[in-house]
Amino acid sequence: MSATTTLEQPKAQPEPSKSNDGGSLKAYLGQNIQQYGMIAVLLLIIAAFQWSTDGLMLNPDNIAALIQQNAYVFVLTIGMVMVIVAGHIDLSVGSVVAFVGGICAVMITDFELSWPVAVAISIVIGGLVGCWQGFWVAYAGIPAFIVTLGGMLLFRGLAIVVLEQTIAGLPSGFNDISNGSLPAAGYVGNLDAVTLFIGVFAFAGLTIAQIRARRELTKLDLRTEPFAAFAGKLVLSALAIGAITYLLASSAGGTPIVLVIVGVLVLIYTFLMNNTIFGRHIYAMGGNLPAAMLSGVKTKRVNFLIFVNMGLLAGVAAVITTSRAGAGIAAAGTNYELDAIAAAFIGGTSVNGGIGKITGAITGALIMGVLNMGLSIMGTDPAYQQVIKGLVLIAAVALDILNKRRGK
Amino acid sequence: MANGTTPILEMRGITKTFPGVKALSDVTLGVARGEVHAICGENGAGKSTLMKVLSGVYPHGSYDGDIVFEGETCRFKTTRDSEERGIVIIHQELALSPYLSIAENIFLGNERARGGVINWAQTNKQAADLLARVGLDESPDTRIQDIGVGKQQLVEIAKALSKKVKLLILDEPTAALNDEDSAHLLDLIRHLKGQGITSIIISHKLNEIAAIADSTTIIRDGQSIETMDMHGAVPVSEDRIIRAMVGRDLENRYPAHTPTIGEEVLRIENWTVHHPADHSRVVVDSADLNVRGGEIVGIAGLMGAGRTELAMSIFGRSWGADISGKLFLHGKPVSIKTVDAAIEHGIAYATEDRKHYGLNLIDDIKRNTSAAKLQRITSGGVVDSGREVVMAEQFRKDMKTKANSVDVVVGKLSGGNQQKVVLAKWLFAEPEVLILDEPTRGIDVGAKYEIYEIINKLADSGKAVIVISSELPELLGICDRIYAMSQGRITGQLPRAEASQESLMRYMTMEKSGATR
Repeated sequence: MSATTTLEQPKAQPEPSKSNDGGSLKAYLGQNIQQYGMIAVLLLIIAAFQWSTDGLMLNPDNIAALIQQNAYVFVLTIGMVMVIVAGHIDLSVGSVVAFVGGICAVMITDFELSWPVAVAISIVIGGLVGCWQGFWVAYAGIPAFIVTLGGMLLFRGLAIVVLEQTIAGLPSGFNDISNGSLPAAGYVGNLDAVTLFIGVFAFAGLTIAQIRARRELTKLDLRTEPFAAFAGKLVLSALAIGAITYLLASSAGGTPIVLVIVGVLVLIYTFLMNNTIFGRHIYAMGGNLPAAMLSGVKTKRVNFLIFVNMGLLAGVAAVITTSRAGAGIAAAGTNYELDAIAAAFIGGTSVNGGIGKITGAITGALIMGVLNMGLSIMGTDPAYQQVIKGLVLIAAVALDILNKRRGK
Repeated sequence: MANGTTPILEMRGITKTFPGVKALSDVTLGVARGEVHAICGENGAGKSTLMKVLSGVYPHGSYDGDIVFEGETCRFKTTRDSEERGIVIIHQELALSPYLSIAENIFLGNERARGGVINWAQTNKQAADLLARVGLDESPDTRIQDIGVGKQQLVEIAKALSKKVKLLILDEPTAALNDEDSAHLLDLIRHLKGQGITSIIISHKLNEIAAIADSTTIIRDGQSIETMDMHGAVPVSEDRIIRAMVGRDLENRYPAHTPTIGEEVLRIENWTVHHPADHSRVVVDSADLNVRGGEIVGIAGLMGAGRTELAMSIFGRSWGADISGKLFLHGKPVSIKTVDAAIEHGIAYATEDRKHYGLNLIDDIKRNTSAAKLQRITSGGVVDSGREVVMAEQFRKDMKTKANSVDVVVGKLSGGNQQKVVLAKWLFAEPEVLILDEPTRGIDVGAKYEIYEIINKLADSGKAVIVISSELPELLGICDRIYAMSQGRITGQLPRAEASQESLMRYMTMEKSGATR
């Protein structure tokens, strides 16, 4: 130990410059392999299906359908990541989707409420369901596994009570939420102008945000990622956004409405998790609950809010599901909780809590969604589809754990 | 080796590299049969790595060099291989299953069974014999969670004995024990020595080493520096060991400090706390205590005296039930019922158990640093991560925390550096009163000195500091005034000049007058 030398080092001496920019690209990728591993897996799966379905996989209409079919998973998994990071689980979301969806359908048909009002009330009811579960978990101290297992039965039962029979014939405006696209406002060649605009806007926003973040780090004289990685990331995201934009713009409808909803939710919640005290407290509690308590985190309140939030998102998912089906169905949402949980785990959320990202879970949901769609196009027997999805879930988490072990 | 007798163990030229780090470099260790051999070194010097190489945690092939045990070159692939040869390691963090009985734990993985069916009679009988050998007066079917840490340590040793141990390795065995339990444990090691069992003991407590070791090997920066014969012509002083460990002269183990004491900051009166599980049990009994700005106040007490409980009850009632008494800040009575209110009022409590209660080990330095007062870097509900990095970096530099950047995950740091992150976390919260519970537990000598310097600096900046410590020399070395606690009561207070280990110990063992419990 050279305590004397460290003592005498002048404080103002900056870090060696190579750690500021430079840094080897290889080392950087090594450190971030976990983060990008799942994206690579997703791209590989897409490529494999593209090849084995003779190009049917990336058919523009399929891409739009992929988003519309899986919108509920995206929405639910956002809330589920937060629940799991905090060290809980929620098994009830599928039943809550059916229950709230049923109420929504009843409000529109039997009570003749206008559909936007019904949608708003549905989301609020989802929040109330979250209050109920959050109360038991946070304030009564009952494990979430138990509370939400109870909720799974409770709300499925209530869904059947609310929906004595399937309610169909919902207004077209409502059905458009999950089945429709943004209205067309002209075409560039045969590409939808609105979609192109959104694509350009998304890329510009992302680029500006990244450049600003990097400039901020440089200004503070802090370590940044190697320039090659930074540029590479921008080029890759440009390609990805470009490809999706092109495909959607040449699809029959253009941009699906649910894509806008999901996109906005992802942006909001990523920000919430990374940049707000609430988000930080969730990670702190999942990482070490007693330490979080002794740091002044109001753990009960945070737990309560996590479940209220899960309820609200389940309300959104209920609207999306009911709209997609065009009907209120008591059996709707079956196994949705498992889809959301699987997506979160495939996306790198830690089973022990404390670690997990919204973007990771969305990647996880996409992997499952692409598998569903690809296997369906190939005409795989549904029984084998389940087998394959089960194996993928295990493989993904195994890969993640092996990666971490190697990192040690 | 010191005695000139035959070696039971020789480790030669051991080199172990982790990606990017050379943890051990050409280390040599010779242990004579039947001796107690101490290994000393600062945290991160490579002691634990060396023992993991020896016990097969790092398998043969993952390191260079030879292990010769009882004259045979060994190639351990797993800890089981080394245990079969009679080498058993007892880790610092005890590896017992809390809900299983003592007997079940002793024979865990080594069950007394025939054809997979456990022979309970034999299990309990043999366990009872082993318990007698280690001098533990407990029934073999007592659950582990129902006995204290000191007794758990003895169970670990009984477990080692059940494996026909020849070489027992103890990693910081007394770190979590009180003086009485420590003394008992050292006696036991001596006793086992009489039965021909060789021990290697890793310890930071130099007085223990002086009391028990036959020879001492010093490890520094992954290298074996020297092996000292503790019974040689020239007695080995503690300072001599410290010099070898640190590689420089440490004239004084405690930095000199002249306090500038100001106004009273915190005072409690008639403070009584009951046990949360058993409300009839009084854990802190009508305590009066005060601390002034710029002052470092110590709290001395044996295990179970109620020191931690007192501190945590002050810190937003984070421990205890039916808390009564008055709390004054700057002479004004305040009511603080939650931890965040305590932090808001400028009280900070750095726990004695940093791994379980102090840090989020899976998160990085910067986020741990800011955890207790995110509001400080938040505006409009948005956390300013740029400022967070800058401030955490400043703390890292000020405290000389050894890490490449503040993005390093805290779980990967050594104990001393983790403790610095704990301190940084509470300094970040800008407290006026800082309660430090065992701030140097499990930390090496060099890092301890740095922690003391930080504590002095805090006092000089006008903060009121309370230090709880089980090491009396430490309290005498750094505190301006020391309270002694016994059985939940504050039994006395002494200014530094008047305090000695003997006078403090008298107060610390003072029985409750009148009422017998």
